[in-house]
Amino acid sequence: MSREAYQVPSSMGGQTAFGDAGASGLDGPMVAYLCGECNARVSLKRGDQIRCKECGHRVLYKERTKRMVQFEAR
Amino acid sequence: MAPLIPSQEELDRRRIVDINPETVSNIPSTDFPGHWPGESHEWSLDKFSEGFNVEFHRNERFESSFSLVGLDASIANAFRRILMAEVPSVAIEYVFMNNNTSVIQDEVLAQRLGLIPLKGSVDGINWMRWFKKPTEDDPEGSNPADFNTIVLRLNIECTKNPNADPEEQDPRKLYNYAHVYARDITFHPVGRQEEFFVGDDAIQPVNPDILIAKLRPGQKIDMEMHCIKGIGADHAKFSPVATATYRLLPDIKILRPILGEDAQKFAKCFPKGVIGLESVTQEEAAKQGSGYEGHAGETKAVVRDAFKDTVSRECLRHEEFQNKVKLGRVRDHFIFNVESVGQFESDTLFLESVKVLKLKCARWKRGLTDLMR
Repeated sequence: MSREAYQVPSSMGGQTAFGDAGASGLDGPMVAYLCGECNARVSLKRGDQIRCKECGHRVLYKERTKRMVQFEAR
Repeated sequence: MAPLIPSQEELDRRRIVDINPETVSNIPSTDFPGHWPGESHEWSLDKFSEGFNVEFHRNERFESSFSLVGLDASIANAFRRILMAEVPSVAIEYVFMNNNTSVIQDEVLAQRLGLIPLKGSVDGINWMRWFKKPTEDDPEGSNPADFNTIVLRLNIECTKNPNADPEEQDPRKLYNYAHVYARDITFHPVGRQEEFFVGDDAIQPVNPDILIAKLRPGQKIDMEMHCIKGIGADHAKFSPVATATYRLLPDIKILRPILGEDAQKFAKCFPKGVIGLESVTQEEAAKQGSGYEGHAGETKAVVRDAFKDTVSRECLRHEEFQNKVKLGRVRDHFIFNVESVGQFESDTLFLESVKVLKLKCARWKRGLTDLMR
């Protein structure tokens, strides 16, 4: 219940919640994903083909948030 | 006019709840003023303390069984309910997840953690105060402090075990920390907690082998847990007892003699040790109207220990025992069974419930005097 409210990432300057992935100019930010097959880290930006660079698997997962999340144990 | 005094026989009859083949009768207690015309059933402390009796059957550290004799069902039931729902204990309430890449979801994991029974210094737990949650009237609530919050941490990562046999199939040997157990939770005392929760008295899970989660290499769990004091009425995890029950003492009366083959069969209708077999003596056989005339030397059934009976009513099903036996339960003999989850000792738990009931009565009395003003 006490999950933090979702914050819409501000599009200004390309700084997002995934800030540390870094912005690369006009193409939008680089976002890190995890391959569903080989668990490799795959960094993608907008328009990239959704595909693991290591094994070619087409299922990628978003990384878990780095923020602390609070729960009630009940 | 002096109050009528009923005969002892009548009083004994009133003490028994009748158990019939299909029904239970004579259930409610009648020892209150105004029920029996002309009799005084005025409540007095002297009369109560004369009739009241406590007897322990077993008293192990975490499980005790004892009888309370001579009190009303309402009071006995109050103790049972207070034991389950109103004696405070400590449990995990807030879970702060920094990382959890295991397959078990955050909220499910948090719920599992809450149910782990914890133990620690009894003095320390009694010293702890309530953690007030924010409510509408009091949006602030209380802040975590050494006297209301206990901090536990669980920080674990599963890795491959380089020394494992390549043929190995068991994940527990193949990887380090493939299984996360309750013993992996660490206690971090703050402030005065360091004085109370030392050594064996530290806050720790009662059962170190509770499985919390299963991991595979690369998965990790990193979180902080805050434990607070609470009562079972709020959530079952705060209940200090695993079971708290009572039953009434069974009562078996053999009205007419049960002899020979029938006696053997009669004994088989009850758990072991309830019915004994004895042989009819010469004196009994000689006595007119006892029902034993001419049966000297035969076996007869006698009630040995009604305490062990489960009151299955099996004997009431058989034709040959019709009108020969009367089953019942003693209305004011409560056989309690209290099993602690491990934080408190089972006999002190019952005393705690008495304390809680006393406090409730004091509060009620205060309320009544306020009403008078």
